Amino acid sequence: MNMLLDLWWQHGPVLAVVLPSLTAVLLLLIGDDGGMAAQGGQHETGRLRWRRRVALSSALLGLLMAVGMVWRASQGDLLAYRLGEWPAPFGIVLVLDRLSALMVLLTYLVAVPVLWYACGGWDARGRYFHAIFQFQLMGLCGAFLTGDLFNLFVFFEVLLIASYVLLLHGQGRERFRMGLHYVVLNLTASGLFLIGLAMLYAVTGTLNMSDMAQRVAQLTGESALLARSAALVLLVVFGLKAALVPLYFWLPGTYAAASAPVAALFAIMTKVGVYSIIRTHWVIFGTEAGEAALAVADWLLPAALTTSALGVLGALAAHTLGRLVAYLTVSSVGTLMAAVGLFTPETLSAALYYTLHSTLVVAGLFLLVEQMAAQRGETGDHLRPAHAVREPVLLGLMMLFGAASAAGLPPLPGFLGKLMLLQSSHGLAAQPWLWTVVLGVGFLTIVGLARAGVIVFWHVQPAPGGGAVSGGSAQLLSATWAFMVLTVALAVLAEPVKDYTDQTAAQLGDRTAYQRAVLGDLGSSTRPYNGDR
Amino acid sequence: MISMEILVASGLGLVTAAGVYLLLRGRTFPVVLGLTLIGYAVNVFIFVMGRLWSNANPLLIGEGAVADPLPQALVLTAIVIGFATTGFVIELALRSRHENGSDHVDGREPQGGEGVR
Repeated sequence: MNMLLDLWWQHGPVLAVVLPSLTAVLLLLIGDDGGMAAQGGQHETGRLRWRRRVALSSALLGLLMAVGMVWRASQGDLLAYRLGEWPAPFGIVLVLDRLSALMVLLTYLVAVPVLWYACGGWDARGRYFHAIFQFQLMGLCGAFLTGDLFNLFVFFEVLLIASYVLLLHGQGRERFRMGLHYVVLNLTASGLFLIGLAMLYAVTGTLNMSDMAQRVAQLTGESALLARSAALVLLVVFGLKAALVPLYFWLPGTYAAASAPVAALFAIMTKVGVYSIIRTHWVIFGTEAGEAALAVADWLLPAALTTSALGVLGALAAHTLGRLVAYLTVSSVGTLMAAVGLFTPETLSAALYYTLHSTLVVAGLFLLVEQMAAQRGETGDHLRPAHAVREPVLLGLMMLFGAASAAGLPPLPGFLGKLMLLQSSHGLAAQPWLWTVVLGVGFLTIVGLARAGVIVFWHVQPAPGGGAVSGGSAQLLSATWAFMVLTVALAVLAEPVKDYTDQTAAQLGDRTAYQRAVLGDLGSSTRPYNGDR
Repeated sequence: MISMEILVASGLGLVTAAGVYLLLRGRTFPVVLGLTLIGYAVNVFIFVMGRLWSNANPLLIGEGAVADPLPQALVLTAIVIGFATTGFVIELALRSRHENGSDHVDGREPQGGEGVR
């Protein structure tokens, strides 16, 4: 036991990546005959049970490790893990700071209930669900932990490839159609990512984020201009992942087409884009980045506010519940990106709190929507009158809860998150804009969700020929409840969480400490990279 | 005399333009080809970002001018990933054609025929 703890203490960051990948390999070894043998094979049900056990216990272990990482990060020191003991900036480093630890924890907080939900039946509707799910977790953890820009690209690819397959899970025409769009868009974005990365390499000669931050700050003239354009190219790439205007059109259709657990897991995918924007545009192109400082500030805030407004309009116009929730995802990303785009530590801290909340609420809503759809027979999640759901009180209460939380009504964490946003923007030039958009969006969110709730629960027609539809299974409901409980916990624990995010924002602003932790004393002794021999 | 840089840059621009054009087509096959072309252009772009050296030694020798080895390593990684994703997107396009009965990217034949390819 002590040995294990020692191992974790020394190799914590890389274990967070290794654990899901090894689990995935193990799951592949267990094998999966998919639908073929599901009809009658005793053998196959046994293996399915084993796959579930392995996947769930690995995710729980991951959650435990993530909690450990947050605890470690909250001690205040940055942990740089040098892969293969190569000195940074030459080798790849994984960096465990408050932000990465928080995002990894959020990943697992979403992943565990989603996995539990998927074990209620979705995982048997296609092949290799659990293995791909673990690869997805590996990509997410890697992307959050890496301190190297090219390594970030590689982990992006890992999580994207896993997400392509997950999106198609369960198959069907709509999934293939949306899947093709999703894949082509993301492959194009990957190309752009490489271009932005290569431009940054051309002017700085490094890929290590910390080293790059230091070198970008020294750039002048044409090199600084190149760095600025690279920053904008990267904003396009991450903006596509985060679904910012005008790059969000793929999201509603894709998320609505995905199976419920996958859509819920994808709630964290947009946050990868948000995280990457924070990492690159705060740490590398932050306020201290010399001539290239705040390269994207002019674009980020207007784009984010527009995203928020258009997202909620889309939610109002949505004709299925799935699209409604997907548009709410877009809208919440817009709100939190607006806070990031103000570039002050206070707004960043509020944005991080709001990230936690919006991810959990959206994931919970995706799961809830599927259960409501399952109880409405053929109408499914279409927003038109149909016969009543089987359990109107239970589902209705959950819907009310989710809606109030998404819209930001007190005392739920959505309210706290928005309050923090509004407070933190006090006195800034963009304050009127932010206040107008955030409050207006909150109101329209209530309208949109109330409309959906009224149609689903009150515009009820008599059921055609005896209710053949069964109630929700306890497992599915408990997974959905888990998200509701987590959001309440977020509101109850608001003070420690806010403390943590405050210090996260402070830590991100402290570039010297970051450089000392990652680069050691090697620091600025290296010569500039300008093509001279 | 045309410098090497101009030649490479304009070549890259041409390939990228062709790639973007193909990417915007309506059928999956040209779209996949477009992605591939963009992938080639991006790979060469990364390579070139390590500067175009002439008469430079590989790093192994380590004397005099040496070509930057890092972009070469990056290109290798990018090629491998690009190859895998291209394989995936081809398979997905075939499957989508099979499921939807159309190789249009929207999964159905566009209405109104004329001028839509």
